[in-house]
Amino acid sequence: MTATAPAARSAERRPQGPLRRAAGALHRRPRLRLALLLTAPLLWLAVLYLGSLSVLFVSAFWTTDSFTSAVVRVWSADNFHALVTTPVYRQVIVRSVGVALAVTVLCAVIAFPLAFYTARVARPRWRPLLVVAILTPLWASYLVKVYAWRLILSQGGLADWMLRPFGLSGPGFGLPATVLTLTYLWLPYMVLPLHTALRQLPDGLLDASADLGARPGRTFRSVVLPLVLPSLAAGSVFTFSLSLGDYITVQIVGGKTQLIGNLVYSDIELNLPMAAALGTVPVVVIVLYLLAIRRTGALSSL
Amino acid sequence: MRLTRIRRTAATAALLLTAAACGSSGGGDAPSGGLNPPDLKAPTRLGAGEGQVNLIAWAGYVEDGSNDPKADWVSGFEQRTGCQVRSKVAASSDEMVKLMKTGDYDAVSASGDASLRLIASGDAAPVNTDLVPNYRDVFPDLKMQPWNSVKGTAYGIPHGRGANLLMYDTEKVKPAPTSWSAVFDGASAYKGHVTAYDSPIYIADAALYLKATKPELGIKDPYALDQKQFDAAVALLKKQNASVGEYWSDYLKEVSAFKSGDSVIGTTWQVIANLAASEGARVKASVPKEGSTGWSDTWMVAAEAKHPNCAYKWLDWIVSPKVNAQVAEYFGEAPANAKACAQTADKDFCATYHAADTAYWKRIAFWNTPIEQCLDGRTEVKCVPYAKWVQAWTEIKG
Repeated sequence: MTATAPAARSAERRPQGPLRRAAGALHRRPRLRLALLLTAPLLWLAVLYLGSLSVLFVSAFWTTDSFTSAVVRVWSADNFHALVTTPVYRQVIVRSVGVALAVTVLCAVIAFPLAFYTARVARPRWRPLLVVAILTPLWASYLVKVYAWRLILSQGGLADWMLRPFGLSGPGFGLPATVLTLTYLWLPYMVLPLHTALRQLPDGLLDASADLGARPGRTFRSVVLPLVLPSLAAGSVFTFSLSLGDYITVQIVGGKTQLIGNLVYSDIELNLPMAAALGTVPVVVIVLYLLAIRRTGALSSL
Repeated sequence: MRLTRIRRTAATAALLLTAAACGSSGGGDAPSGGLNPPDLKAPTRLGAGEGQVNLIAWAGYVEDGSNDPKADWVSGFEQRTGCQVRSKVAASSDEMVKLMKTGDYDAVSASGDASLRLIASGDAAPVNTDLVPNYRDVFPDLKMQPWNSVKGTAYGIPHGRGANLLMYDTEKVKPAPTSWSAVFDGASAYKGHVTAYDSPIYIADAALYLKATKPELGIKDPYALDQKQFDAAVALLKKQNASVGEYWSDYLKEVSAFKSGDSVIGTTWQVIANLAASEGARVKASVPKEGSTGWSDTWMVAAEAKHPNCAYKWLDWIVSPKVNAQVAEYFGEAPANAKACAQTADKDFCATYHAADTAYWKRIAFWNTPIEQCLDGRTEVKCVPYAKWVQAWTEIKG
């Protein structure tokens, strides 16, 4: 009896066995605990996201054997040189950034009144339903939606039919059709942050603005816009980056238009380093865009 | 489904005949004279089946009924031979070549731009056609062609073929065009409504046209262009670009464009022309007077095949009259087996696809992969390799 009691007590105090020892060690070292907890997700981030990005960037400096098309691991900046000096690449890059900006502006212009209605004008019990209605297009397949636009914009299609009474015709396939279709595709990503921001706008601020004699236009400029600007910027990150990377819509409704994605796609089999160099362009553009957006404080409201 | 023909785009975006170049002895006096494949032997007799066969195929070539219950020619093969089929659909010629290098596969349905690469690298073995009884009935003009044989040795069994036709809207294009000039020199008449196949290999279509209209360029083979000839073809395509409404690579896209009138003239395949017509488009398609380009696929056996006996059984099965008819109808191409024409569900199928029309196929320049050593046998100049074709195609589209 007397011999077993101290043994039991000491077992309580000093854990035996490797598992208990490890538990004790972890308990004493919070940093180790944190490290073990975060290693897996951090590895995921580093290897899959940053790792693949750096592989992309590094392979852009390789070359291909002009005869066999095999990738040759010899360092050269030729691809980036070609990117800047070849007229067709410059043209396509400018075109792609232009499309992304146009889509973003169009989305903002359309989304704002829409979000204002769903967040503030519509009856409160209808609001969730309206938000669901705005999100429904996201449930349909991307390809189905783009092919639907192909039918709408084709000769004698819905666009032509609706514009005919005004003596006009639809835009046909091409750059305008691409911008239009991308705007439709990414609009929900702009409406949603705007809706949230407008819903959180305190009524008191609008009343105060009116009490101080501001007309609606002035209230919009000086009160509403500054408050929703971060959300607008957050939405624009989605619309801008999604448009910049898209290459399927333009194949379906873009006529003969080429964007960066199409060039990457056509180069990937035969000239992987060139495709990688082209692939870094959107990455760089989007990083620049994000840096600009960060100044608005939008990234914290994403 | 037939949609799977999208893969043709990918198929043409293929690498050069890498090893063909390496194995060359600097000759090049005959069209395939530069090709000097490793000395591999075809089997002289077959043993019992190994119970399994691993295939690489284009979508729609190896169907077991899981995509479409009516398309099933694998189950019958498995029952009859005891060889279980495992198939892998490849999206491009490059992927096929890559997969064949793993050594896990026994046979592949290679297109003209992959077949020579496989031969040259030693991944595909010569095929003893005596061990494929149905080879006897394959159309003679498909046998021993530049893309399925080297120096008199067969490397595969022809599967099927098709031509790139000129399709036009019968209401809007009058009179009916008989020349490719309708999409080249005369394209501006249909400004914004001309369509063309979206692949670098389409440069060969322009070269084929120049071969007939500009004899001073001296083009003999549209896949063997020296710099001057190539530049002329690219210039022609850049001019054409001003009139093009859109390029097509996806099958449905072209059908819908002709139905709506967005495209009124351009290149097509027979199967697209048929589908567009059946859906109410007023279209006709034909081979213009200059001839046209086309494609042809070949079943080849891996040099290191683990199941060679089952692979040979599959080769024989896929070109057997009934099965060849089934796969040709499902895919929309001319069958390789002459007796397949009696087995098609649509009795006019072979007539529609010109399966037995030797004169028709004489006018088709089948896809081949351009390499630096001119395929037409010229040795005094270097030809423009396929990588440059890809680059030029990007510039043509602008």
